[in-house]
Amino acid sequence: MSSLELLTWARGPALQAALVIFIIGMLIRVLEILLLGRKTDLTRARAGQMGPGLRTIFSRSLPVSGTWKQHLSGYLWHIGFIVVLLFYAPHIQLFKQGFNIAWPALPTSLIDIITIVTMAALVFSLSLRFTDPVRRMLSTVGDYFSWLVTFLPVATGYMAFHNVGPDYTLVLALHIMSVNLLLVVFPFTKLSHAITFLFSRWYNGANAGRKGVRV
Amino acid sequence: MKQDETLAEHLQGQGISRRGFLKFCAATASMLALSPGMAGAIADALGKARRPSVIWLSFQECTGCTESLTRSHNPSVESLILSAISLDYHHTLQAASGTAAEEAREQAMHDNKGEYLLVVDGSIPTGAGGGYSTIAGISNLQMLEETAKDAAAIISVGTCAAFGGIPYANPNPTGARSVMDLIHDKPIVNVPGCPPIPIVITGVLSHYLTFGSLPELDNLNRPLSFFGDTIHDRCYRRPFYDQGKFAKTFDDEGARNGWCLYELGCKGPTTHNACATAKWNNGVSFPIESGHGCIGCSEPNFWDAGSFYQAISSSPEDLSRAATGAIIAGAAAGAGVGLYNKYKQSRAKDKHYTVTTKDMEDS
Repeated sequence: MSSLELLTWARGPALQAALVIFIIGMLIRVLEILLLGRKTDLTRARAGQMGPGLRTIFSRSLPVSGTWKQHLSGYLWHIGFIVVLLFYAPHIQLFKQGFNIAWPALPTSLIDIITIVTMAALVFSLSLRFTDPVRRMLSTVGDYFSWLVTFLPVATGYMAFHNVGPDYTLVLALHIMSVNLLLVVFPFTKLSHAITFLFSRWYNGANAGRKGVRV
Repeated sequence: MKQDETLAEHLQGQGISRRGFLKFCAATASMLALSPGMAGAIADALGKARRPSVIWLSFQECTGCTESLTRSHNPSVESLILSAISLDYHHTLQAASGTAAEEAREQAMHDNKGEYLLVVDGSIPTGAGGGYSTIAGISNLQMLEETAKDAAAIISVGTCAAFGGIPYANPNPTGARSVMDLIHDKPIVNVPGCPPIPIVITGVLSHYLTFGSLPELDNLNRPLSFFGDTIHDRCYRRPFYDQGKFAKTFDDEGARNGWCLYELGCKGPTTHNACATAKWNNGVSFPIESGHGCIGCSEPNFWDAGSFYQAISSSPEDLSRAATGAIIAGAAAGAGVGLYNKYKQSRAKDKHYTVTTKDMEDS
């Protein structure tokens, strides 16, 4: 199989299959959580549920004392990842031709800088897992795997843009394959938190609000 | 050209000056990525070269490769190089026909056994026992195998011969194959392109005439000196790509300002060829310079690589349809899983019974 054939397959049938697995997997995850529902609480709520629940979705993202390093690196790579995904011109082409929606792109040079920052923050996040004894003990193979499948699309995308590696076509194919891998494993790993964090945080906040705990 | 005449003598007879010939040799050295000092060696070797026998076989093709070669910018040293080789068999160019033509091929094969160059353009149909295309009563496949047997090397000219080209495109009704799919025991150089650049063909021939060997090749058997870089690497519009300036339509302000054609489907980033440096029509321009994106014609399966007008980063598949299907299937599956969980929950609840202290005392 030549590089071009691999690229054609990666951005064609493979991407289509990965997208289908991603959507079906995420819908199953979300619906099974939502449809299970909650046991009726017969006690009288001490305070509201909705307000504290919604507030917690955001408040849990704020750094608390002593955590600014991981919060900063977390912010940087999460935001960087989303900006590069949504505002790099070739990515917008995918949305435009795939779903007929488009928006203005950011300058390529700016995307380039954001990509470097994203990769640096991801590497820093990994180093925290290695250096912090508690975090190292708590980390599982799944955590490292999730880091890897997140890092690979960014790194291969950067390599493709800068013509690093043996052949642009091959590196671009590997970039799209790494995105396909990310899409496929997304619903079945901790990466699904990208959606489920909304429910879990709301649930915790609503629970605390119900008990009269200030959140 | 007389059989014993050297190339230098022949060119002189054609009115090509020594200076013109040396210019060609210097350009060839440069194109082949050799040191400038090699120009003299090329001039020396080519000047003394006797014309080698070349058999040119045309199979499933459109004659575009021959058109490219012969009608590029006549008269030129490149085209004279071709007349300086002994082109003993070529459907389009030979005067002979019928039995006489086939006899010429057989004669050339016999007289130059193990030394002649075989040039092939067009893919080879293998379906229906090779019956889709025959010449003088024998199938293309038979003719290729027969002629390749005693060839010194094979040059596959054009994407059809190199990688199958348009006849190989899905669904490939004739069972078209490339030369390297079928011949495995001879050195093969692929000079793809639809059509290939004339100077690339003559460059490979010049290399063979000068050094008696074939140039360094990439993993797809293409000469590295011509196919080492992508169109994108050498494109004069590359700075616009780096700045994120893209033409959105073929007639917008971006297009008029010469901005990058990536969003209009340019395949320059994934296409290896010398168009951006050698150019076409005697160095006048190349497709991107005339406002059209590269279609990737020198890469395998470029016909099946999606629309020419779709950006490389987009998918040739219908993603929105697949996504809609997935949403319906996912919603159904999610609802099914959710309801099953509910059922399990209520069953567990039904099975639950309360154990009192009395029950424990009794047991």
